[in-house]
Amino acid sequence: MSAPQIEIQLIAVVIAAACALPGTFLVLRRMALMSDAISHAILIGIVLAFFITEDLASPLLIVGATLTGVVTVSLVELLNRTGRVREDAAIGLVFPVLFSAAVLLIARYAGNVHLDTDAVLLGELAFAPFDRFIVAGWDLGPRALYLMGGILALNVVIIGLLYKELKLVTFDAGLAAALGFAPAVVHYILMSLVSVTAVGAFEAVGSILVVALMIAPPATAYLLTDRLPVMLGLGALTGAVAAAGGYWLAHWLDASIAGSMAMVAGLLFGAACLFAPQRGVIAAARRRAAQRWEFAQTMLAIHLFNHRDTPDAATESRVDHLQEHLRWDPDFAAQVIHRAERRGLIHHHGQALTLTGEGMRVAREALVG
Amino acid sequence: MPDLLHDLLFDYTLRTVALGAAILGIVSGTLGSYAVLRRQSLLGDAISHAALPGIALAFLLTGSKAPLVLVLGAAVAGWIGTLLVMGVVRSTRVKFDSALGIILSVFFGIGLVLLTFIQKREDATQAGLDKFLFGQAATILAQDVVTMAALGGVALFLMLLFWKELKLLSFDPEFGSTLGFPIRALDILLTTLLVIAIVVGLQMVGVVLMSALVVAPAVAARQWTDRLGLMIALAGGFGALAGVSGAVISSTAARLPTGPLIVLCASALVLISLCFAPNRGIVWNALRQRRNRRRLHVEGEVIP
Repeated sequence: MSAPQIEIQLIAVVIAAACALPGTFLVLRRMALMSDAISHAILIGIVLAFFITEDLASPLLIVGATLTGVVTVSLVELLNRTGRVREDAAIGLVFPVLFSAAVLLIARYAGNVHLDTDAVLLGELAFAPFDRFIVAGWDLGPRALYLMGGILALNVVIIGLLYKELKLVTFDAGLAAALGFAPAVVHYILMSLVSVTAVGAFEAVGSILVVALMIAPPATAYLLTDRLPVMLGLGALTGAVAAAGGYWLAHWLDASIAGSMAMVAGLLFGAACLFAPQRGVIAAARRRAAQRWEFAQTMLAIHLFNHRDTPDAATESRVDHLQEHLRWDPDFAAQVIHRAERRGLIHHHGQALTLTGEGMRVAREALVG
Repeated sequence: MPDLLHDLLFDYTLRTVALGAAILGIVSGTLGSYAVLRRQSLLGDAISHAALPGIALAFLLTGSKAPLVLVLGAAVAGWIGTLLVMGVVRSTRVKFDSALGIILSVFFGIGLVLLTFIQKREDATQAGLDKFLFGQAATILAQDVVTMAALGGVALFLMLLFWKELKLLSFDPEFGSTLGFPIRALDILLTTLLVIAIVVGLQMVGVVLMSALVVAPAVAARQWTDRLGLMIALAGGFGALAGVSGAVISSTAARLPTGPLIVLCASALVLISLCFAPNRGIVWNALRQRRNRRRLHVEGEVIP
């Protein structure tokens, strides 16, 4: 690996981890698309700050962009609070307006400046190592790495300090308000984190990929755990894997790094959807199948239990009678009998079925509840 | 102003663009109404982003830039993306908003990867596909408008054909399913219509801004009425108005891209409707409140 390769991967991993932390709360609070709105709306902040400073490297751009992100959130809330527009529609109204205004301003007044809309959407991580952080003639490494490292540290510190508050507001906003935790303040702090992270990340990976890195890794983690600390860690880890994996996929395909990272993040999420131990689609299907067999065995036990020691026990407790009584087709009935016998619920002699002691217990338990 | 009107009617480029924008506004406003009513406003955003890999793949496979081919690719990809969103929401505990965000960004990422492949091919410059990102209304040709009109017409016809069913689906799907309507199938039908509405507009306003045209006219129309039929008609009208005004304003000066202007016009309509629509308007509401407060105050002084 060459030095720029290592630097690119390092930047990508730091960005992914920084995005996953606030992203976890967005996913849990069902505000995932706020990241979409913010990552688009910050463009107008960058453009306006650029008109003031006329310098693309000015830190004022980051401040301006972060502020617009927060303004976006409050505009969405303002619209929502009129009671005339629902939140999803409000998000869908606000960010296109801000984004349109930014595109218009760029097209009209900044056409020849190095601020083109393509870069905004797509980002170019491959160029990040060329922008060096130089102090007194010393090359300390790529600027993006310091910027994103700082943002990652900020996220870790703020989320660490406000961990209890964030947790409470996320899972029970009503209780948080009743206990005097000011959910609105916590909400705005979280949104500021989302905003500053989006601003930092978007230079390197573009606004759409910010969404991928903020939402996909935490959602993947959400399928794997029920604990918030684990979800935070697992989300950051998944993001880092997507970032490094995406880099090598892009290297191999000779394609866009940002796009490949989104693809890998999507693949990881898809894998979690299918194979997650308890929440995955396959695990759920297996559980359903197991429940179906168990229910059928209980039915069989109850049937035999009800007819035991009655005059018609001999006819009722026959294999071929089950089709008539329980409406089971012969194959299904044979399967159920086989499984019940293996579990030790029944004995099976030719056509006759008898309950074992364990079978009695199961039937009684099911009937009594 | 008379000049503008003259241009609108007789200038080929402006007439084509304005006509295309009007069709786009009608179709997306109309079908967007359902999305807004069903609280799926941002589905349009996901569909339009998900369409990008379809466009790129259609071009890679056929080597053709014919609008119909690209639009078909966009529609298939947008449709698959939406079904994936529905599938994820139904079969895992991941919520609708997260599913939308993931499909939107991951599909877009796949689109970017495919676009870099296209860039590397010798026989094609990226220009032409690029316009799907931000839209390039000025490059719209008469034949594109015909394609848009045909696709949009089919979507609107299907909407009218299934009017009653779609209304039921939007307002009370549980009741619909107890009546024996195939609600899942209707859901897929409505989503398909929305996909058509969105891919029709992609070439004109681009992937990023298309979602606004699904949401804005519908939200504006919602303020004026409580009746579905009227709302849909109004949304179509607002959409067309925004489209034509955006096209006209963008023709008045150089370097004024049409897509963002259409979005800003639609948003201005939303703002006007929110403030001044009869009954629901914020301004009337504030005036009414002030009048009531004053009356209460006066009566309070007279009665004791």
